[in-house]
Amino acid sequence: MQLRKWLVEPEFRIERDPEKCIQCGVCVRQCANDVHEYDEEEEVVYSDSTNCVSCHRCATLCPTDAISIRPFPLEFRPNAVWTASTLRNLYKQADIGGVLLTGMGNDQDQPMYWDRMLLNASQVTNPSIDPLREPMELLTYIGRKPDSVQFERIAGQPRMTTQLEPQLQLQVPVMFAAMSYGSISYNASVALAQAAQQVGTFANTGEGGLHKDLREYADHMIVQVASGRFGVDSDYLNTGAAVEIKIGQGAKPGIGGHLPGEKVDAAISATRMIPEGTDALSPAPHHDIYSIEDLRQLIYAIKEAVCYSKPILVKIAAVHNVSAIASGCVRAGADVLVIDGYRGGTGAAPTMVRNNVGIPIEFALAAVDSRLREEGIRHQASLIASGGIRCSADVAKAIALGADAVNIGTAALVAMGCHLCQKCYTGKCNWGIATQDPYLTKRLNPNIATRRLVSLLESWALEIKELMGGMGINAVESLRGNREHLRGLGLTNRELQILGIKAAGE
Amino acid sequence: MKRHPYLIIGNSVAAIAGVEGIRQVDDDTPITILAREPHHTYSRPLISYWLSGQVDDGDMFYRPEDFYEQNRVDVILSQEVISVDPQNQTVQTADGHRIAFDKLLIAAGGQPIVPPDIPGSDADGVFTFTTWDDARNIRDFVTQQGVQQAVVVGGGLIGLKSLEALVELGLQTTVVELADRILSATFDQTAAELAQTMLEEAGVTVLCNNTVAEIATEDRQVKEAILHTGQHISCQLVVFAIGVRPNIQMVADTSIAVDWGILVDDHMQTSVADVYAAGDVAQAPALLSDERRCIPILPNAYRQGCVAGQNMAGADQLYRGGLVMNAVDICGLPTISVGMTTPDNEDCEVLTALDEEAPSYKKIVLCDEKVVGAIFVGDIDRAGIFTGLIKQEIDVASCKELLLTEDFGVISLPTEYRKHLVSGMGIEV
Amino acid sequence: MKRIKINEQHCIGCRLCEIHCLVQHSKSKKIIKAFREERESIVPGIHVEESGYVSFALQCRHCEDAPCIEACMTGAMYRDPETEAVICDQDRCVGCWMCVMVCPVAAIRRGPEDQVASKCDLCMEAEIPVCVVNCPNEALVYEDDAVR
Ligand SMILES: Cc1cc2nc3c(=O)[nH]c(=O)nc-3n(C[C@H](O)[C@H](O)[C@H](O)COP(=O)(O)OP(=O)(O)OC[C@H]3O[C@@H](n4cnc5c(N)ncnc54)[C@H](O)[C@@H]3O)c2cc1C
Ligand code: SF4
Repeated sequence: MQLRKWLVEPEFRIERDPEKCIQCGVCVRQCANDVHEYDEEEEVVYSDSTNCVSCHRCATLCPTDAISIRPFPLEFRPNAVWTASTLRNLYKQADIGGVLLTGMGNDQDQPMYWDRMLLNASQVTNPSIDPLREPMELLTYIGRKPDSVQFERIAGQPRMTTQLEPQLQLQVPVMFAAMSYGSISYNASVALAQAAQQVGTFANTGEGGLHKDLREYADHMIVQVASGRFGVDSDYLNTGAAVEIKIGQGAKPGIGGHLPGEKVDAAISATRMIPEGTDALSPAPHHDIYSIEDLRQLIYAIKEAVCYSKPILVKIAAVHNVSAIASGCVRAGADVLVIDGYRGGTGAAPTMVRNNVGIPIEFALAAVDSRLREEGIRHQASLIASGGIRCSADVAKAIALGADAVNIGTAALVAMGCHLCQKCYTGKCNWGIATQDPYLTKRLNPNIATRRLVSLLESWALEIKELMGGMGINAVESLRGNREHLRGLGLTNRELQILGIKAAGE
Repeated sequence: MKRHPYLIIGNSVAAIAGVEGIRQVDDDTPITILAREPHHTYSRPLISYWLSGQVDDGDMFYRPEDFYEQNRVDVILSQEVISVDPQNQTVQTADGHRIAFDKLLIAAGGQPIVPPDIPGSDADGVFTFTTWDDARNIRDFVTQQGVQQAVVVGGGLIGLKSLEALVELGLQTTVVELADRILSATFDQTAAELAQTMLEEAGVTVLCNNTVAEIATEDRQVKEAILHTGQHISCQLVVFAIGVRPNIQMVADTSIAVDWGILVDDHMQTSVADVYAAGDVAQAPALLSDERRCIPILPNAYRQGCVAGQNMAGADQLYRGGLVMNAVDICGLPTISVGMTTPDNEDCEVLTALDEEAPSYKKIVLCDEKVVGAIFVGDIDRAGIFTGLIKQEIDVASCKELLLTEDFGVISLPTEYRKHLVSGMGIEV
Repeated sequence: MKRIKINEQHCIGCRLCEIHCLVQHSKSKKIIKAFREERESIVPGIHVEESGYVSFALQCRHCEDAPCIEACMTGAMYRDPETEAVICDQDRCVGCWMCVMVCPVAAIRRGPEDQVASKCDLCMEAEIPVCVVNCPNEALVYEDDAVR
């Protein structure tokens, strides 16, 4: 519904340089929000900023760079309490009612703890290593590790006799976070799967099932079982490289999902195994899980279904007593624990939940790693940190804090072209990512997107090696949980204590 | 006697296409061309542009100056062939030479028809309009005699072409057409009317259902055209453009089968092995028809010549059949007509759209859900798509409603054919 | 030969190909100047066709058996011996529209000023056709026949 102009000013202003605009109409054709319009009589393009979401599609494709988009210059009267976004939300809600929705991760100005931790580098002693000249190992195995290993000696050679649990092999300690086909387009799903295969890591189906054409990438896909159980059957479980049980999501802990019926076209209906045009509702809880014991039952039911051939992941949101929950999940049989921080992305979440529920991944990760160590069960499950990992330094810091690997969602979407307009929930993603409109989904050529994702992961791998080399470390194994390599900057004693790191200068 | 491996009679479109066809298969065996006219190969349809001054001497040539040399062609100009002896594989020229061949291509085109029974048709100032020399003679005559008025007999393609040039030269012109409309072979009533309006706006008098019965002369000079209806039109120049007849005299009384033209099969071979014919002289298989037909238009001449050449050099190339079509610009109004435009078949479906203001007219003739003919006047940009549909015999049932729409395009075509066009390696002829 | 392959499924209908084609065939080759001064007089050799969400940018297919070359009465339409592209020599074209009549994809347009035929020349002056270079979604790819 169109908001009433008398209360809500546009968020953005489109500035068109008349010297440069050639009236070619590219912006007109590219905007799914109908912001630009060509006036044939006057032969000019007009823009109505009201509906602009600042996705930059027009500005990016404009062949003369004639368009710039700025925050609307009319500012609300300065007020530290009643900020512009608070006021906007109030006006909007008073006007159209209902729950405020948003897309992508939390964008609030809350502290970023990654930026308050600094990595170490060697000087003089323990010399640094040049990754271009010397071997550097990023290979990571994800899965339950044994309590101990036994060897026997055959003809003088040692041989391991311990039977290892199934593992996922990652060439780079970065996987793609769960993003369902439905919330993102088919082309985006293909790109993630192809890139995972090319780089030697894993993509994740999310709760939307596995499209039949994506089965060829299944050995590089983790299949998810969420509360809606969409697309889940024994075939699905057995096709994937691993199975993930989704308990929670960082962007909206405690909240289910809702894919509106209009997005459920024939392909999505077949993939999700629900009738075409019906809403896909994921309940907030799994209706068969009310205790750790129930979770254990599901974990083992799935292990049975896949004949113990694949690791089982459990994904939880980072919430207040995350370490206790994590401990319970590991004891319930999870081989891998995915912890999704409160900055994690989403296709749609209630704004209030996204911005106010959960805790930062940095604290959750440190707390869980410490707790599992204390309980002596850290080796029983790998830890995956996710939710707001933005760059290779974040990855290195997460590993130093205790993660085995990380998941990236938003960063991957941005690599494909996402401009973080946060309008994923409208289905009008101008970049062809978070939409099912065939006119828009075409905009994402999966081959280009794959190339860009591969490029991103390969450059991160190089950067991680550089960082490790600087620390004098030549295998990612040696960085894991090595909090000696982190120092805090501007953190309170309590924060340092929870993170388990020293302050800079200590 | 020296034998010529490849001998070609004629030096125009079909002959040149013959050379190019041979060279696609056979790189070096010498080719010999015998040509009646004295010029390097030139383009006949350009003579009207030349006459009006739009094209000068240098731009008349159909192929670059070094064409013969590049293609190792021995060209003998001003040599008219008077007879062909298929048994002995020789041809006889007007100046007495006998030339032996292994393979022969007859690409001698046609001869304009001048009715001998019209009194005065041999007077000074009576011309035909098919060769560069015709055009040269007309231009010389107009300047030398200070011609003011001209009558063109025949409102077909060549008549209109000459008319346009004469208008351009500043003459007051009248065209006399026997049928009830101009371009009657390819245009329907509506298209012809639009064309006629354009001509009239350019100052041309158009008289249909009429013909010249007599040319009144004075000192062998044209003075008046006297029409069938008795009307007298004062003029100093008359151009006969009432059709061409294939140049088949050279094969008369031989074993080479003829009808209106020289009969050829779908390999462009005549009834005698190793003797081929192509272009305006040939009567060849035609699309949309069970009978072989003479379709004297340039694209057919080229295709036929090329197929003949390839087959002469040993290839097995099929001629899929010609199609009547024409693109004519009438005083700035572009028009295109293709295939069967005025169907006699009751079962045909006809779609039309007319905008007299623009002017613009589109007509599509369908038979069994396939396009068999089309006329475009004014807006011709998408006409080629229809030519393709006719040639490829595409079922258009799925896009019939779109055929006449403004934005009809390749995108409107049946998916499979569209994909073939868009992602294929170009089309097959 | 090297041809432009059209990937229909990736065409987003932005028409940047048409825009850059026009610029490339302008006198100044500068986008703003070309649009100010020559927009009306240049007919791009590529045209986006669109219907619903299906679209593609179509230009001359440089057919193996090019019917336009066969139909050309002046010899203006020829195949470049080096690139095998079908080229229209506009200095020799008289605008008889025989080529328009036979092109099955309607890739030949009347222009400039409706005087001579205008069509894709595969950007003779550039190494890769500008429509391919500027397609933001790789819906146009320049590749050798042999690759197919
Ligand atoms: C004014 C004009 C306008 C035209 N406009 C169009 C048009 O717009 N579109 C279209 O499709 N077609 C047009 N045509 C028709 C087109 O020109 C012919 O279809 C085409 O020229 C046929 O080519 P051809 O090689 O078969 O014969 P021709 O062009 O007739 O050439 C015959 C050749 O044979 C030579 N020759 C003839 N007899 C002998 C002999 N006995 N010995 C040796 N050599 C001989 C001639 O000198 C000539 O070189 C036009 C024709 C004319 C005259
Ligand atoms: S995915 Fe699309 S809708 Fe969502 S933020 Fe990115 S650009 Fe906007």
